[in-house]
Amino acid sequence: MSFQPVKFYQTGTFTVGNRLLPPEERSVQSQEKRYNSINSGHRACQGCGEALGARYAIDAAMEATNGRLICANATGCLEVFSTPYPETSWQLPWIHSLFGNTAAVATGIAAAIKVKKLKGERRNIRVVAQGGDGGTTDIGFGCLSGMFERNDDVLYICYDNGGYMNTGIQRSSATPPAARTATTMAVGPEPGNVFGQGKFVPAIAMAHEIPYVATATVADLRDLEAKVRRAMEFQGARYIHILVPCPLGWGTASNETIRIARLAKETGMFPVFEAEYGEVKSVVAIRHPLPVEEYLKPQKRYAHLFGKTPQVEVIAKLQALADRNIKKYGLLDGGAR
Amino acid sequence: MDKPFAITLDPGSSLANHTGSWRTFRPLYVDRLPPCNAACPAGENIQSWLYHAESGDYEKAWRALTENNPLPAIMGRVCYHPCEGACNRQHVDAAVGINAVERFLGDEAIRRGWRFESSAAATGKRVLVIGSGPAGLSAAYHLTRMGHQAVIHEAAPLAGGMMRYGIPKYRLPRDVLDAEIRRLVEFGVELRLQSKVMNVLAAMQEGFDAVFLGVGAHIAKRAYIPAGDASKIIDAISVLHDMEGAQGDELRPMLGRRVVVYGGGNTAIDVARTAKRLGAEEAVIVYRRTREKMPAHDFEVEEALQEGISIKWLSTIKEAGEDDIMVEKMALDASGFPQPTGEYERIPADSVVLALGQDADLGLLANVPGLATDKGLVQVDAGMMTGHPGVFAGGDMAGNERTVTVAVGHGKRAARAIDAWLKGETYVSPPKHELATFERMNPWYYSDAPKTVRPVLDIIRRQSTFEEVLGGLDEGNALFEARRCMSCGNCFECDNCYGVCPDNAVIKLGPGKRFLFNFDYCKGCGMCATECPCGAIKMVPEEN
Repeated sequence: MSFQPVKFYQTGTFTVGNRLLPPEERSVQSQEKRYNSINSGHRACQGCGEALGARYAIDAAMEATNGRLICANATGCLEVFSTPYPETSWQLPWIHSLFGNTAAVATGIAAAIKVKKLKGERRNIRVVAQGGDGGTTDIGFGCLSGMFERNDDVLYICYDNGGYMNTGIQRSSATPPAARTATTMAVGPEPGNVFGQGKFVPAIAMAHEIPYVATATVADLRDLEAKVRRAMEFQGARYIHILVPCPLGWGTASNETIRIARLAKETGMFPVFEAEYGEVKSVVAIRHPLPVEEYLKPQKRYAHLFGKTPQVEVIAKLQALADRNIKKYGLLDGGAR
Repeated sequence: MDKPFAITLDPGSSLANHTGSWRTFRPLYVDRLPPCNAACPAGENIQSWLYHAESGDYEKAWRALTENNPLPAIMGRVCYHPCEGACNRQHVDAAVGINAVERFLGDEAIRRGWRFESSAAATGKRVLVIGSGPAGLSAAYHLTRMGHQAVIHEAAPLAGGMMRYGIPKYRLPRDVLDAEIRRLVEFGVELRLQSKVMNVLAAMQEGFDAVFLGVGAHIAKRAYIPAGDASKIIDAISVLHDMEGAQGDELRPMLGRRVVVYGGGNTAIDVARTAKRLGAEEAVIVYRRTREKMPAHDFEVEEALQEGISIKWLSTIKEAGEDDIMVEKMALDASGFPQPTGEYERIPADSVVLALGQDADLGLLANVPGLATDKGLVQVDAGMMTGHPGVFAGGDMAGNERTVTVAVGHGKRAARAIDAWLKGETYVSPPKHELATFERMNPWYYSDAPKTVRPVLDIIRRQSTFEEVLGGLDEGNALFEARRCMSCGNCFECDNCYGVCPDNAVIKLGPGKRFLFNFDYCKGCGMCATECPCGAIKMVPEEN
């Protein structure tokens, strides 16, 4: 666990706020005057997990840096829905880059700050880069790996919704196996996305042995905020990978976004952990273990698995992936190894 | 324009884009009726007083509690807590120990000397209350809160009715009873002891504007049992009555070494446990049906069994002999009624205590025109008014569900109706909220926390002394227990709606003020309603 869970206060740290907690223990999101780094009026779909995850993460980073933060943003849903000309939803210095070069742009900003400091700038200004899984795991991967390898002082946040949702739900290297997308249709002998391809970038980031790597979901705000806060304590390259369900691309009801993210974590489909210098330091344990069907069934992108003849073999393969995560990260006992 | 750090251009803000126009459903904050409140016969707003107890503000909690019930320390001991039976938390782990927290608040109030306060101006109206049991005390309390002068006439030398003369000390210590009655007197309730009202209408002539009857039911029902020695057959109510004030052994009821109790209600259990404490070697309850059919509450049966009391199920007493009784075995027929089998058995007994229920003494109502009775019960309307205008009744004499809690509820209901009647109006209760069912909640958000168990007195001490069996909670575990409340159907300001909105369309108004939706930007995704732990948000279709 990345933070000290509070002792029993009715809802403990599960809810966003808790009137019984002393103010200093409350979440950033529960504050009456929070940053709202991404403002109302943005054009994300109803129930967008990415809009929510971005506010959670950037608000926490703003809190940690006292508002001294510059943001570089890759092309993708997040950029499209937040900044249609001439409007912007961003309440912090924000720069739009190409689809693939966000990490490099952020590196450049960090370098500029370094130079300014040499020339007498006293303020401690930090840099955050953000993008979706397309801009991060596919197109921007070279720049990202370079940023890690140089250990530039940037926090890179990837909002993973498992595909190119903005352009019409095409497959990315973060699309899970068996999921239907516009480019992995639910047809043929092996419908949906293929097994055995794609990549889990948090593990690749750890392989760079950068100071800090973490995963999180929009279903656990306190964990997410603690990880952003922790990330800002390090100098150098840091990476946070946040699972953000996409109601449109995943085929879920707009009110279910958080519930689906929670199920991804509770079934073991998405491991939530943090790592420092390449070593896993803590794991968020599964609270109520569930079979993967609970996570798959509400999503239309897996509807082909639950037709007249359920694809039990495919479901079993997905369960095996979840079981592997559970074993690998110790998700049942919170990594107590 | 004074631009923020690193900003050089005037940005167009997305606030210009009112995304609220996308909405087809809109969220609404609602208050739903928590199941505990719905189940409480005294009409307590349990969720509301637990809310204050959760933050450690016990006085505020006690004040919220006593808006409906003036006897929390008593209720925290003798109530059969139907609230806990209805509690939604039982679907998560175990019901919240509401009764234990109520007792803690009641004891805390006595310890700290909290007193009732009322801001109502005196109305100059006087109401006669006959009987100082829970119904009478509750009616008098609520009338006083409304500004009326309540005068209680009590036939017995001490106030409390069945709470004093029917409930054993090991369940309700008398200092607790005395303290809560004393507080009512200090609040302005006039209490006249040893003042038996023989004629209601005549008493009413002495300057009263209305009357509330709460004389209870303390005439024991008898069953014909052929007996060689009639003196060994006594009734449970007189045994429990004689226990009151019996300080020395010589004043205590003489029951002998082997006591048989006949009946299956809570009184039967009380008297059997009392007999055991008086030194009986054997206390046997004879009941004609099965444990499932027994009207006594299960936990009391359990406690009695723990104390060594035995129960003969499916048995009736046919005759009582010199030093034994003859019992006939029964069998349940297809419709669940016990039928005789013709099989007999003799069991030794020095005395037989009948606990077969009680009737009300309705003698004082003989000449009240319009007042109707049916099967020994005074007939009342929804506002507890009898057929005679201005005469109200409640408690055991007006219903068959005879508990302290029900009586307190009757007293409150009658007081409201009396207040309206004195103004020439009819009391109309406000419409009830929709029930907060478990399906409407999101239990994920509540911390895992099993129920705190109250300490129970050692068996050996329970068998020989009248010390209180069930202990109370201390502050630490009372607070813990209060915080197990899930606040079903009522916002407890967890900030979830405020936090989970992807469009920042929830406005936080500050502590105690709850939230507002900003419909300029709310897209109607419904996330707030789904993630509200307590089910206090509902989605309704937009018109057009």
